[in-house]
Amino acid sequence: MTVTELVSYDEALASYDPVMGLEVHVELGTRTKMFCGCSTALGADANSQVCPTCLGLPGALPVVNKSGVESAIRIGLALHCEIAEWCRFARKNYFYPDMPKNFQTSQYDEPIAFDGYLDVQLEDGEVFRVEIERAHMEEDTGKSTHVGGATGRIHGASHSLLDYNRAGIPLIEIVTKPIVGAGERAPEVAKAYVAELRELIKALGVSEARMEMGQMRCDVNLSLRPKGREAFGTRSETKNVNSLRSVERAARFEIQRHAAVLSSGGSIVQETRHFHEEDGSTTSGRVKEEAEDYRYFPEPDLVPVAPSREWVEELRGTLPELPRVRRNRLREEWGITEHEMQSVLNAGAVDLIVATVDAGAPADQARKWWMGELARRANEDGVELPALSITPEQVARVCALVAEGSLNDKLARQTIEGVLAGEGTPDEVVDKRGLKVVSDEGALGTAVDEAIAGNPDVAEKIRGGKVAAAGALVGAVMKATRGQADAARVKEMIMEKLGVEG
Amino acid sequence: MPGISREEVAHLAKLARLELKDEELDHFAGQLDDIIGAVAAVSDVADEDVPPTSHPLPLTNVMRPDEVRPSLTPEQALSGAPAQEQQRFKVPQILGEE
Repeated sequence: MTVTELVSYDEALASYDPVMGLEVHVELGTRTKMFCGCSTALGADANSQVCPTCLGLPGALPVVNKSGVESAIRIGLALHCEIAEWCRFARKNYFYPDMPKNFQTSQYDEPIAFDGYLDVQLEDGEVFRVEIERAHMEEDTGKSTHVGGATGRIHGASHSLLDYNRAGIPLIEIVTKPIVGAGERAPEVAKAYVAELRELIKALGVSEARMEMGQMRCDVNLSLRPKGREAFGTRSETKNVNSLRSVERAARFEIQRHAAVLSSGGSIVQETRHFHEEDGSTTSGRVKEEAEDYRYFPEPDLVPVAPSREWVEELRGTLPELPRVRRNRLREEWGITEHEMQSVLNAGAVDLIVATVDAGAPADQARKWWMGELARRANEDGVELPALSITPEQVARVCALVAEGSLNDKLARQTIEGVLAGEGTPDEVVDKRGLKVVSDEGALGTAVDEAIAGNPDVAEKIRGGKVAAAGALVGAVMKATRGQADAARVKEMIMEKLGVEG
Repeated sequence: MPGISREEVAHLAKLARLELKDEELDHFAGQLDDIIGAVAAVSDVADEDVPPTSHPLPLTNVMRPDEVRPSLTPEQALSGAPAQEQQRFKVPQILGEE
């Protein structure tokens, strides 16, 4: 393998203009496969969710999953696409062991959804419109295990083993029009597009769209053209780029690689390339077969899908608020910046904060806990925020206890710690650990008197007008009450007793 | 003018993983050309008001509810497999050494 020469990113962008096309496959969360009634549940025994249809046995006939079509239409509508009045499935013929039928049932020139767009927001708030070419229905392939080669790779394997449980699971392939005009921000746009699409798919409830589990996969097509030239250059297609970060890295790498080839007088080979997570590079795969080699033809075993306009409108009525619109609405309601909202989004905390606010907490408090203490804990434990063993309702209850003065900040943290440790609800933890703020004025007064008596020089400073010095006395009282006092009230009492205006 | 060349037949045979000898290519190219010519006669009688037909039945929207139906057992599924291992279909080497 030859080492790929790269030119620097800035140098590449100085001479060339990148054009991208993104193809995203989404595995739908239907209960059954696209063309047969086999279960799609994860984790089943190998080849236990297969039948004559998805194994391609002679004489088996497919029937379309209505939920699969519904999901496809809803995705199309959410992407502002037109929905075909009449469309067919097509056979995409190829020989490869992951498809036992020797063809994939897909759609060719009659996709169910076409001509749409998705507005994506970059981290600095700039909105970029990505045009959608089409979204079509197809099916997933089986899973191969390569045996006998180095680290399970297909190269050098002696043979392969096939599990067809995944073969036939509904896929929606969403294809963009060429993305032009993004310039140096092309890799960022690619990442933001896939991120936004993932949010949209999740909001629609048609898939969990977990990229790390292969429920959403992205192919990055990229070409460069010399600045000022209209015609597109030859593209490469980097397959199966399976995280948001990788999408950005793959686009960036290909820009630098193409620029190196082109500026040294070479030409780009139209081919598929493999992305490598370890170093963010791509390497050559097989040379792309010409489209006609797939010998697409209309699937004779399935009748056309002709969604009535009434059905389409009914499905349009089920669309949720678009994620970008919702985020902007929440950002305004919560009174935070674009940057802060981006952090909340990256932390996966949007829905948790919403649920906490719905349970009665003020937005700033909800955000403070989820983005502070709880994010820290999730990070320490190496889990996602939603996986923490505390509910938004419980966080809201802690906020309420703080608001009514039963807990201060420190006690609230201890309460949350207790809930996370499985000690029960916030109220139970407060009881068991004895975490209530000392609100007994008498007891508190005694503690304040002792603090003043124990620190006469500090008390003198405060009497002399150095109000800031009160912090030391507050600290002493908090220490004496093991943190269970309301610090604001303690400060008030100190001022009263010393006869100083607070 | 419809028809199929010997080169196209050779290409299709390769895609279909059919190993054809030279004389077979000559033979089938001629036969396939005749068949395509015969089918093409349909285009002569079909006017512009007759759309291409891919399906003989006047049906659309045949769909099933998203309800799980019993699958085969792995034993049944694998019963016709020429080779198996770890309850999976065993297939020959896909790619050679890099």
